Amino acid sequence: MTWHTLQAVYIIWRRDMVRWWRDKARIISALTFPVIFLVVFGNGLSGAMGPLVETAGTGPASVGGMAVDYKQFIFPGVIAMNIFFASIFSGISVVFDREFGILKEVLVAPVSRGAVALGKTLGGASVATVQGTLVLLIAPLAGVELTLGMVLRLWPLMFIGAFAMTSMGVALGSRMKSVEGFQAVNQFIAFPMIFLSGAFFPMRGLPTWMEIIVKVNPASYAVDPLRRTVLEAQGLPAFVLNRLAEFGLGLELFGRPLEVWHDVLIVLGFGIVMNALAMYLFSRGE
Amino acid sequence: MTAAMIVVDGLTKRFGDFTAVDHVSFEVHPGEIFAFLGPNGAGKTTTISMLVTLLRPTEGRALLAGHDVVREQAAVRRAIGIVFQEPSLDDRLTATENLEFHAVLYHLPPAERRRRIREVLEMVKLSDRADDLVERFSGGMKRRLEIARGLLHTPRVLFLDEPTIGLDPQTRRHMWEYIFGLREREGITIFMTTHYMEEAEFADRVAIMDHGHIVALDTPEALKRQVGGDVITVRTANMDQDATLIEQQFGVRVQRYKDELRFEVEDGETFIPRFVREFPGTLHTISLRRPTLDDVFLKLTGRTIRDAELDQKDVQRNRLRTRFGMRPHR
Repeated sequence: MTWHTLQAVYIIWRRDMVRWWRDKARIISALTFPVIFLVVFGNGLSGAMGPLVETAGTGPASVGGMAVDYKQFIFPGVIAMNIFFASIFSGISVVFDREFGILKEVLVAPVSRGAVALGKTLGGASVATVQGTLVLLIAPLAGVELTLGMVLRLWPLMFIGAFAMTSMGVALGSRMKSVEGFQAVNQFIAFPMIFLSGAFFPMRGLPTWMEIIVKVNPASYAVDPLRRTVLEAQGLPAFVLNRLAEFGLGLELFGRPLEVWHDVLIVLGFGIVMNALAMYLFSRGE
Repeated sequence: MTAAMIVVDGLTKRFGDFTAVDHVSFEVHPGEIFAFLGPNGAGKTTTISMLVTLLRPTEGRALLAGHDVVREQAAVRRAIGIVFQEPSLDDRLTATENLEFHAVLYHLPPAERRRRIREVLEMVKLSDRADDLVERFSGGMKRRLEIARGLLHTPRVLFLDEPTIGLDPQTRRHMWEYIFGLREREGITIFMTTHYMEEAEFADRVAIMDHGHIVALDTPEALKRQVGGDVITVRTANMDQDATLIEQQFGVRVQRYKDELRFEVEDGETFIPRFVREFPGTLHTISLRRPTLDDVFLKLTGRTIRDAELDQKDVQRNRLRTRFGMRPHR
């Protein structure tokens, strides 16, 4: 990759960042949607569900010392949701770029289309990471304690997830001819993916078909490491953290509980495949 | 070996079984203003898209500043600037930011970037709006900014696809002043498309395009000379009969167009008194004018550019109907 290509990637990235910063409506909705989710769903359901892991109870979920309630449980799910929608939106925004002619201006420039796709992906992933970070501001609403270590570990995880989902968005958008298709993608791909990712319900007692879908869904592996990282920072004892899957709080695959680096590899793999696909579809021309 | 800036040889583009551009060949000389004139759907934009490397030709080849548009895309892209038919600015960025974006994509070094941005903004008289968001610009200002952007990387050829579409007459006139000024200052070759015949008259040479073919290519004056001297238009009581009558008696070729008869004569001013004297039928009106490029188009294709556009609209409407299963409603 030449210096020129890097600069082109940078300027395309910067354009998306600047546009995001100027779009105050988008920033506000990126803040309010999570608040609604946490306040409405969080409060509404945590009463009904009770603690997901409790300290002094006698049920199967009891462990000594701590409790995890539903609000804390969905907090990382809400981060993931924010990242996810921002990513898909940014990725698909190539359709808007096409609609408003800006894409043409980029495509006739002496820059490889791969660089264009990469700039678009990195721009979208950065915007999505910032939108995910905004959710951290409302951690107190969820009763989640923020620690510096947790935030520092969340960022790369958020970015990797954002990168994978934006790549998917760009791949979807690069062949799309009209803005109308965007709605279809939202309804038939984005919503099912985020709702079937375990972001909002524990993985316990699910019907088998649903469990299979969740495990096939790459978004699940973007949610899982965020949740592990958040829960770990809440001071859960090590023996609970090691058994998160048993409580339905973490994913397991082929009967083996996953660790953060497993998730990262899966998401990264998916992201690289999607990114390659996006670049390929993009370079094939009109 | 010619030093032509653009060489096009047998260029063809097919979409399925529809041939949009059919074996088109021509050359454009350095420093020339070259215009494609024709109705919408004649294949002008498709031809430009191939020349600027956005579309791959089905057949034939084209050289731009000596570079092949298929095999040397990067070199071609560096050599050209484009102002598209549809707006292609980012409304959420300022004028300067739009230009910076372009400058980086075209690999201008930072110092030159700043200098050129200042220069081109000055050239299109937008210096005082440099840091305003483009969404606050009028249509004419956006067009000017696009021209500035097209020139930013000092291209050798500037493509203007319908540069004045959607602009008011005053802005259009200004736009032309810029374009002429440009050629003088920057000495660049300008390739434009238009379906306004009065604009094509400004070009050094005009290629008239219809149904994917170039039907004529020459200077506007030479093209108009093809028509003959002057165009006489008459309306008479009995059109069908009078058409043959006029042909026989005055030895001209009469074209019937709607409720008028048109023909060309060498010297219109002296012809009219003679015609009024000698014409045996009932004459309602008679008029004389110098030929326009539209007359050339009419002569070559049997219809005016405006008619051709109406036909084209029907075609497009029918296509939309088939695509979306819509029925023509009364």
